[in-house]
Amino acid sequence: MSKVKVARKSTRIDMTAMSDVTVLLLTFFMLTSTFVQKEPVQVATPASVSEIKIPESNILQILIDPTGKVFMSLDKQGDMVETLTSVGRDLNVTFTPEEIRKFKVEKTFGVPIKNMKAYLAMSVENQDKVLKDLGIPTDSTDNQFKVWIKNARATNPDLRIAIKADQKTPYKVIKSVMTSLQDLRENRYNLITSLKVESAN
Amino acid sequence: MSEIQTSDTGGGKKKKGGSKQKKLSVHIDFTPMVDMNMLLITFFMLCTSLSKPQTMEISMPSNDKKVTEQDQTKVKASQSITLVLTGGDSIFYYNGLPDYKDYNSLKLSSYKADGIRSMLLTRNNEAVYKIKDLKLKKLQLKITQAEFTKQASEIKNGKKTPVVIIKATDNATYKNLIDALDEMQICNIGRYVIDTISAGDKFLLKNRETKGMLTRNIAK
Repeated sequence: MSKVKVARKSTRIDMTAMSDVTVLLLTFFMLTSTFVQKEPVQVATPASVSEIKIPESNILQILIDPTGKVFMSLDKQGDMVETLTSVGRDLNVTFTPEEIRKFKVEKTFGVPIKNMKAYLAMSVENQDKVLKDLGIPTDSTDNQFKVWIKNARATNPDLRIAIKADQKTPYKVIKSVMTSLQDLRENRYNLITSLKVESAN
Repeated sequence: MSEIQTSDTGGGKKKKGGSKQKKLSVHIDFTPMVDMNMLLITFFMLCTSLSKPQTMEISMPSNDKKVTEQDQTKVKASQSITLVLTGGDSIFYYNGLPDYKDYNSLKLSSYKADGIRSMLLTRNNEAVYKIKDLKLKKLQLKITQAEFTKQASEIKNGKKTPVVIIKATDNATYKNLIDALDEMQICNIGRYVIDTISAGDKFLLKNRETKGMLTRNIAK
């Protein structure tokens, strides 16, 4: 009786092919995706059948949350600085270079001008906490929103305005933003939506 | 982890002629590399978004007070449709001029396919068929994309197409507005405008709610 010798096979797997696949996937993700922007409020945009893509640069995004708070974001840091100084000039606030430096790196802003100095003095974590409770005033008596738009437009004439609002936002808020824009003769702008698959038609 | 394995098996057999160079088989273990890549992929999947947001381009009428009577575009009452978006996702419409006496002139509709869409498609059927033909032509590569856009906008803005006025009450949501604008696109309506709600429209809504109570009160 001779024992059947079981051949000992090495369990080592060649990972080269696996590595190739992962690198490929990684490259795909790096090339196609864009980083999620940090926004103070979560906004669910309504769906539409429109298939126009938003332009890459020169965007002035107006973010409106369901309770009607308005935030803004500019995609160029140079524009941010100039807009802040000119808005400060209009509303009689002067900013120190330190404050301007801090404002420059902000992704989304939306603070009443009287709170701006205190806000910029805060640490980043505290800023994130308070920002969602603030917002640019849009009421007719103290329409700072208009001042911001006017100065942003003066800084960069190629700016495209895009409104990103939550689908539950009351029309009242949208209307006040739209009339403010109309007053400034900003009659063409984009509404940001997400894609809806339309079966009919 | 990674190792370079030499071909000789740890000094068991030795080849003759030690002057010969040893053959090295370079075998690198890629497992850590795969681990790292997987981590990076996970990071990218979580922190980035693949889809770019869609937009809808609208142009609003200027509210310049200096616009004179002659500059204003006048539309035939028979061509105009007014949509009134109200709270609770309901939508009303009336054709042409509002009829303040008859509360039934303000019709209730819905955002569904059998609601305003079918109504608008029937009103705009001429343009809808033309656009369909045009799309077919484009698919058969008879016309280019540029020609298609040009002709499509010509059809959409033709003299006979209906003009839609969208008015929303304060209780309507942003979604309602986008849905209404969406219908314009689906129904190939080129001429539409977003307007603020007037006192007359509010009267119509109220009148419909009370089943003509307001008109009867006025008549008394």
